[in-house]
Amino acid sequence: MEIIYSAAPLYAVLVSLVAIIPIYLSRSNPNLRESWTILAAVAKFFIVLSMVPTVLGGKEIYFKLATAYPGIDIAFKVDSLGLFFALTASFLWILTSFYSIGYVRALKEHAQTRYFICFAGSLSVTMGAAFSANLFTMYIFYEALTLFTYPLIAHEENEEAFRGARIYLIYLLGTSIAFLLPAILFTYFTAGTMDFRLGGIFGDTGGIHSLFFAVIFAFYIAGIAKAGIMPFHSWLPNAMVAPTPVSSLLHAVAVVKMGVFVVLRVILYVFGVDLLKEIGAGAFLAAFACVTIVVSSLIAMRQDNIKARLAYSTISQLSYIVVGAALLSPSGIKASIMHITIHAFSKISLFFWAGAVYVALHKKYISQISGIAKKMPVSMAVFTIGALSLIGIPPLSGFISKYYFVTGAVEAGMLPVAVVFAVSSFLNALYFLPIIYTAYMKPLDAGMDDKVTEAPLAMLIPMCVTAGVAVLLFFFPQVLTNFTDIIVAGLFAE
Amino acid sequence: MIDFIAAKYNYLICVCLMMIGFYAVIAKQNLMKKIIGLSIFQTSVFLFYISMAKVTDGTAPIVWEGAVRYDNPLPHVLILTAIVVSVSTTAVAIALMINIYKAYGTIEDSKIREIEAGESGGSVSR
Amino acid sequence: MNLAVNFPALLVTVPLIFVPVIPLLGLINRKICWYAAVLAITASFAMIMTILAKVSTEGPISYHLGNWAPPIGIEYRIDMLNAFVLAVISFISLVSLLFGKELVEKEVPEYKHPAFYSVFILFVVGMTGMTVTGDLFNVYVFLEITSLSGYALIATSKKRYAPMASFNYLVIGTLAATFIVLGIGYLYMVTGTLNMADLAERIKPLNGSSVVLTAYALILMGILIKMAVFPLHLWLPDAYTYSPSAVSAAMAATSTKVGAYVLIRLMFSVFDIEYHVGSVPITGIIIFFASLSIVMGSVIAIAQTNIKKMLAYSSVGQIGYILLAAAMVNAEALTGGVMHIFSHALMKGGLFFVVGLIVYNIGSERISDFAGIGRRMPFTAAAFTIFSLSIIGIPLTVGFVSKWYLVLGAISSGHWYAIGVILLSSLLTAIYFGKVIFVMYFKGGHDDHGHAPAAKLSEPMGMVIPMAFVAFLCIYFGIFATFPVELAAKAAEAVLGGVTWK
Repeated sequence: MEIIYSAAPLYAVLVSLVAIIPIYLSRSNPNLRESWTILAAVAKFFIVLSMVPTVLGGKEIYFKLATAYPGIDIAFKVDSLGLFFALTASFLWILTSFYSIGYVRALKEHAQTRYFICFAGSLSVTMGAAFSANLFTMYIFYEALTLFTYPLIAHEENEEAFRGARIYLIYLLGTSIAFLLPAILFTYFTAGTMDFRLGGIFGDTGGIHSLFFAVIFAFYIAGIAKAGIMPFHSWLPNAMVAPTPVSSLLHAVAVVKMGVFVVLRVILYVFGVDLLKEIGAGAFLAAFACVTIVVSSLIAMRQDNIKARLAYSTISQLSYIVVGAALLSPSGIKASIMHITIHAFSKISLFFWAGAVYVALHKKYISQISGIAKKMPVSMAVFTIGALSLIGIPPLSGFISKYYFVTGAVEAGMLPVAVVFAVSSFLNALYFLPIIYTAYMKPLDAGMDDKVTEAPLAMLIPMCVTAGVAVLLFFFPQVLTNFTDIIVAGLFAE
Repeated sequence: MIDFIAAKYNYLICVCLMMIGFYAVIAKQNLMKKIIGLSIFQTSVFLFYISMAKVTDGTAPIVWEGAVRYDNPLPHVLILTAIVVSVSTTAVAIALMINIYKAYGTIEDSKIREIEAGESGGSVSR
Repeated sequence: MNLAVNFPALLVTVPLIFVPVIPLLGLINRKICWYAAVLAITASFAMIMTILAKVSTEGPISYHLGNWAPPIGIEYRIDMLNAFVLAVISFISLVSLLFGKELVEKEVPEYKHPAFYSVFILFVVGMTGMTVTGDLFNVYVFLEITSLSGYALIATSKKRYAPMASFNYLVIGTLAATFIVLGIGYLYMVTGTLNMADLAERIKPLNGSSVVLTAYALILMGILIKMAVFPLHLWLPDAYTYSPSAVSAAMAATSTKVGAYVLIRLMFSVFDIEYHVGSVPITGIIIFFASLSIVMGSVIAIAQTNIKKMLAYSSVGQIGYILLAAAMVNAEALTGGVMHIFSHALMKGGLFFVVGLIVYNIGSERISDFAGIGRRMPFTAAAFTIFSLSIIGIPLTVGFVSKWYLVLGAISSGHWYAIGVILLSSLLTAIYFGKVIFVMYFKGGHDDHGHAPAAKLSEPMGMVIPMAFVAFLCIYFGIFATFPVELAAKAAEAVLGGVTWK
C-alpha cells in the first residue's frame, strides 16, 4: 500500500475547530456567525473530498501530529473506511447546519452561540476519529466527542435535559473508562502497537489463550457504548431531550456512527477477520446484536413520542451494522459499511421531519399528528422516503444494504441471522407505517387547520436533499461500493 | 526469660516509656497532657539511641590515656539534633495550644469539639 | 572553584539563608518579603534545573558535604529520581508563591506576612533537603523541618479552628517522625551506617533479619502517615481545609509527594527489592492499602459538601496511585507513579488555588454556593474544569498520561485488580468533580434566556496568568508528554536498575 504524507487530514479536523473562534467572536451578529458555520462545513467537505481520488487510487494518506508518549503517536491515516465515514459526516454537516439555522431561529432558541460552537467541535472530533491512525488517537477523539456533545444535550437546561445529559455522560464516559481504555491498554501490551492494520495487529497469537482475546473483544464491545448495543443502549433514548438537529447529529452524523465505526475498526483493523473467526467471537457478537435488533424494534413499536420511537429504531439499525461486520463474510462487511451511509441519510431525513413537525406544531407525539400530511406535504414525503428506505423497500437505498446483509448471512452460513433480518424488516414496517397512516389517513385535529404550516425553507431544502440522496444511492450504489470494495479486497486478498 | 530481661532491660524501659507517652497522646483530653505525652514518646527514642551507643567497657569518647574502648559517639550527636527537633516541636505545640486557648477559652479536646459541633450544626467530621 | 559543583548544597543553603533574613526585611517593609521569598525559591529552582540537566546527561551526582567522604560524612546524592522530584517541588513552590501572593494577602493577617514567607521558605527548604540528601538521619531532620514549618503555616489562617487542625496534625506528624527515627535507629544498630548507599550494601547479608524487618515496618508506618494513606489520613482533611489556600495548594502539591519519594527511595535503593517481594509480602500489603486509599478517598470525597474537604479526600485517593505504582515494582508502573508526582502536583495545586480564589470571592466553601460561578468567574471556572478533567484522567491532559502508565504497569506485572481499582476511581473522581462543574456552569446565576444577571466577580490578573499557565501546562504535557515521561522513565530506571544508585 502506497502511503502519501500530507497534512490534509489535519486540516479536515482543524477547519471546524478553528471556526469556533470566529463563531464566538461574531456571537452578536447571528447572520455572520452562521456564515462561518456554513463556510467551515463546506470547506471541511471539500477538504475531505479532495482526498477521495488518492484513496480510491489505492493509496493511503498519513500524517503524524505529535509524539504523545515515547512510542505512541497522535497520528492520522486516511484509508477507505475512514474517508467513507468522513465523507458522510462532513456532507451531512452542511445540511444539518442549514437545517439548524432554520430550526433554532424558528424556535428562538437560547444560547445559540454555544450550540454552534459545540456543533463545530463535535464535527472536528468526528473527523479526528475517522482519520485516526491508531487506537490511542481514536480513543482521544472518542472521549472528546462525548464531552463536546454534552452541552448540546443539556441545551434546554431544565431538569429533564440535565437528567438525560447526565445519563448520557455516565453511560458513555463510564463504559469507555471502564472497558474501552483497559481493552486498548491490553491490546497495546499484547500487540506492542496500536496502529490500525487491515487484518489485525496481533500478529502471531501462538501461546495466548483464545479466551484472552475473547475477553478483550468483549471489553471493546462493552466499551463502545456509542454503538448502542444492548444492554448499553439506554443513553440514546434519554439523550432525546436534545433539540432535534442535535438528535440528528447524534443519530445520523456523529455519535452513534462513531460508535459503529469504532466497532468496525476494532473488528477489521485490530483483531482481523481471521482471529475473530478463530476465537468464535463473531457469532457471539452477532447473537448479541440480533437480540438488540429484535428487542429494540419491539420497544420502538410501543413508543408514542416520535423521537423515542426513532431512537429505538436507531438502536436496532446500528445493530444491523454490527451484525454485518460480525458475520465476518465479504458481503456482510460490505453491507455493514454501506449501511453507515444509507442509514445516515435515511435516518436524518426522519429526524429532520420530526424537527419540522415540532417547529410547525410544537407536538412531540405520534398521536398528535393526525392528518398533517395535507398541511406539510413535503415534510411527509421526506419522512415516507426515509421510512421506506429503512424498511428496505426498493427502489430506495435501504434495500441495497439489506440485500447485502442477507447475502452476507448466507455466505457466513448463519441462516438464523438472515431470518432476523427478515423479521426485523417486518417489525420496521410495523412501527413506521402507523406514523404514515396517522399523518395521511386520519383527519386533522380540530382547530389545527390554520395553525399548521410547512416548515421554513432553510429546513425543507436539507430535508429534500437527504431524502433525495437516500433514493439516488439505490441507483448509484457504486458511490458506496467503490470504497467498500477496497476494504473487502484488502481483507480477503488471499 | 530473666536473662533476656537482664540483657535487654534498657530497650524494655524504652518501650515502656514509649507506650506511656503514646497512651497519654491518645487518651488524654487535655492538650497540655498530650504535649507531655508526646515529649515522653520522643524521649524514649532518644534513650534508645543513647543506650545502644554504649560499648561494653567503653568510656566517654574523649581521647585520654588508658582508654581501651570508646562508646560510639555518633548516636549522641544524632540525638543532640533530635533533641533540638523535639524542643522545637514542643515549642510549636505550646504556641498552638496558646492560640487554641485564645480562640476557644479551653484546652480540653472534647470541649473544643463540642463548641465546633455546636457552631457548624454538628458537621465537623472527625 | 566552580560554583556549579556546589549546587547540591547551595540549593538548600541559599534559601535557608533567606529564612532569618526575610523577617528582618519585614521590619523595613513588609512588601519586600514576598520578593525576597520569590528570589530565594527562584535561585533554588534555577540550581535544580541545572542539576537536572546535568544528571540526565551525565548520570548521578554525589556531593560530599564539607569534603568528608560518604560513609562518615554526609552525602548529597542526586540521581534522576530526586532530580525530577526536586524540579517538581521547587517549580510548584515557585508557582504557588507567585500565584499565592494575592491569596495570602487576603487570607493571612498582614502583620504575619514576613513570618509567613520566612516559614514558607523553610518549608520548601525542608522538602528539598529531604529529597536531595543521601543520609538517612538527614531525612529525619529535614522531615521535621518540613513538618514544623507546615504546622506553623496551617496555623497562620484566620479561621478559628486552624490552630486545632494544626495541633492535631502536629501530634500525628510527630508520632510518625518518631516512628521513622526509631526505625532508623534499628537500622543503625545492625549496620552501623546512615548513608543510604552504604546501608544498601550492608543490609544485603542481613536478609531475613527481624531487626531489619522491624525497622522497615516502623519507617513504612511513619511514611504512610506522612503520606496520608487511607486509614492513616485523618490529619489531612482538616489540615488542608483550615489552612490558607496558598498553603493547602503548596502542601497538597508537594509535601505528600516528598513522602512518596522517600518511600520509593527506601524500597528500591535501600532495602533489597527481592527482600520485600520475596520473603515478606510487603508489596502486597502496600498494594492493598494503596487500593484502599484510592477507593475510600474517592468515595468519601463524593460525600463532601465542603469543596476543600473534597479536594483533601481526593488527595488521599491520588496519593494512593503513587503508592500503588511503587508497590507494583516494574518500570512502566513506576514511570506512571513518578509521572503522577508531577501531574498530581500540577493539578491539585492548581485546584486549590482556583478554589481559594472562588472561596475568597463568594465567602463560602460549600459546593452548593458555587452556582453560577461559570458565568461570574469564567477564567477561574474554565481552569477548574481543565484541572478536574485532568484529575479524572481524560485523554490529552497530564492526568491521563500517568494513569496510562499505571495501568500499563499493572498489566505487565499482572496486578489485575489494581487495574479495576484505578478505573473505578477514575469513575468516582468523575462523579465528584462532575458534580462541582455541573453546579458551576448549569446551576443558578442566569435566567431562562442565558443572560447573566449576577455581577462578575473579580479575577485579578496576578492570579489569572499563573492559573492559565498551569492549566496550559496540564494540557501541553498531556499532548506532548514525551519530555516528562522520558524523565520519569529515566527516574524509574534509575531506582529499578539499582546500578546508577549504588
